[in-house]
Amino acid sequence: MTLTGPRKLWASLDPRLKGFVILGLCAFYPLFDQNPAHLNFLADACTFILLALGLNIVVGFAGLLDLGYAAFFAIGSYSYAMLASGQFNIHIPFWVMLFVASAIAAIFGILLGAPTLRLRGDYLAIVTLGFGEIVPQTFLNLSQWTNGPNGISALDQPVLFNYRFGLQTLPYFYVGLALVALAIVVVHNLQDSRLGRSWMAIREDELAAAHMGINTTKAKLSAFALGASFSGLAGVAYASKLNLVSPDAFQFNVSIFVLSMLVLGGMGNIYGVIAGSFLLSSLERFILPQATIFAHDLGFSQIDFSNFRFLMYGLILACIMLFRPAGLFPSRQRAAELTAGKTDETIAAHEQSMYTEAIE
Amino acid sequence: MELFLQQLVNGLSLGGIYALIALGYTMVYGIIELINFAHGDVYTLGSFFTLTILTLFGIQNELHGAPLVAALLGIIAGSMLFCGVVGVLIERLAYRPLRNAPRLAPLITAIGVSFILENIMQLWQGPSPIPIPTFMPDPTYTLGGVTIEIKQIMVVTLAIVMMIALQLFVYRTKIGKAMRATAQDRDAAQLMGIDINTTIAVTFLIGSALAGAAGFVSGVYYGTTWFFNGFNAGLKAFTAAVLGGIGNLAGAMLGGFLIGLVEAFGAQYISDQWTNVIVFSLLVLVLIFRPSGLLGESLPNKV
Repeated sequence: MTLTGPRKLWASLDPRLKGFVILGLCAFYPLFDQNPAHLNFLADACTFILLALGLNIVVGFAGLLDLGYAAFFAIGSYSYAMLASGQFNIHIPFWVMLFVASAIAAIFGILLGAPTLRLRGDYLAIVTLGFGEIVPQTFLNLSQWTNGPNGISALDQPVLFNYRFGLQTLPYFYVGLALVALAIVVVHNLQDSRLGRSWMAIREDELAAAHMGINTTKAKLSAFALGASFSGLAGVAYASKLNLVSPDAFQFNVSIFVLSMLVLGGMGNIYGVIAGSFLLSSLERFILPQATIFAHDLGFSQIDFSNFRFLMYGLILACIMLFRPAGLFPSRQRAAELTAGKTDETIAAHEQSMYTEAIE
Repeated sequence: MELFLQQLVNGLSLGGIYALIALGYTMVYGIIELINFAHGDVYTLGSFFTLTILTLFGIQNELHGAPLVAALLGIIAGSMLFCGVVGVLIERLAYRPLRNAPRLAPLITAIGVSFILENIMQLWQGPSPIPIPTFMPDPTYTLGGVTIEIKQIMVVTLAIVMMIALQLFVYRTKIGKAMRATAQDRDAAQLMGIDINTTIAVTFLIGSALAGAAGFVSGVYYGTTWFFNGFNAGLKAFTAAVLGGIGNLAGAMLGGFLIGLVEAFGAQYISDQWTNVIVFSLLVLVLIFRPSGLLGESLPNKV
């Protein structure tokens, strides 16, 4: 297949540049739609894209199942809430907090990962599950510092060159876009780095990777720490925008929500993950409520589709793994791995398609 | 001292429930090396089954004599059968197709199935805890200031009887031998003419039936159930299985009782807000210092 004109130009672009072009176009969106609810949604969607990109490093690149990712999100958010509010009368600026919170989250990632990453992968899954459960509970229990179930409110608003963000949504949308752009660059560079290649080697066969001289513990630990640091960023963006941090925002459901984004979009594929994240965010915020309204208009007043959303995430996780393990937008390499256990026919078909593509 | 003994009794009965769940985790992990995240939810399903049967037969009050025995045996058998069948179905539909896939795939599927079960139960019975009618008279015995309920004796006895039965099954019967062979080397077992699909299905049947028994017992013991019960109980039972040495039946039992005791004493002497944190820290400590558990042997990495 030969491409011509603009399509050829597009195909020849560096994937990073493509990402920037798309994000750049998104930046003009508020010119056409000033609806604060929509901008608010987009800012939240950016937070979740950040989370999904971070989890993608751990699950997608390194192949480690982290079922308590929301814990790091909580740690990032609470760091902002404690270090940039009247809670302890510490007021570190938002921009500094982005670094501080991601460092704190990364440190917790190392603390959790160091003892467990030496072990087999499935133990990590259960340990992270437990970690995801106890972190919000710890924030709940330490009420002398965190106000328990009420959470911490009245957080500092970001200020950029004397421009106060206040409670508007527009500036948070741009901060979200900028953070996503930053994340895309970092993730791309990581993917192409020596470290990124060792993650993928570990994902494919840990034993073989170790024998090739990769320090697997160190590589896994850095995946864990880097993944956690992304959720630190997301936590700061989230906390400052919502102006409130409380323990119930970081339950197990959130970890599963983010994991579903990855699985749906395609683990290991940066743009697949972003698409999956955006898809699920809009499903939760717009499609399900609209479907409910539609059902009510049709006379089914008992139905509330929003109640089915968690069931749907479970179905996404199970069904995608069973029927389309590489996700809706598979990364080519990952697709080959994940279908490895399937019948020889699919592998043959896959190899055939790779071969044809290579010839073209 | 009385307080200590009282918590010992409470901890043992709590531990009996964990031990029953842990047996299922350890069996499944032993044979296909999968953490069956849905196992905790199968346990919850057992307590919902108990609730449904009690409602169906309109049992609201305490029973005595023959009806009580019939109700106890009938419901526990029903719950075990029901959960066993659910377990087999889960294995058939969700895990078997992925048996040769990379490890990440069945793990993600397992957490997905767990989430599906939890949310089906939530849609079915609502999001709040539901009381289960007390149909069992509960005389208590006082021994030197320590109160022992008949329910507590039931839990501990049931757990021990089940473990002994299981031990006999695994070590004395032909299908038990097939299970051990499959756990050791699936391909070699298949070459020896063992039908591994049936063997794995039987493992899920038994493991889930034990979770069903635990669900029934917990329903009777606590008198309440909740769709999310299985999450915490499952986490603790898995910790118990790891503590005892995963794949080891007696270890799962020992681990279950130990976790029950840790929880009871932790709630008494530290704070009941922190029991989850304590149990979880224990899991991490065991994994660091003795990943093969108390009774387990360390296994080399399979290539």
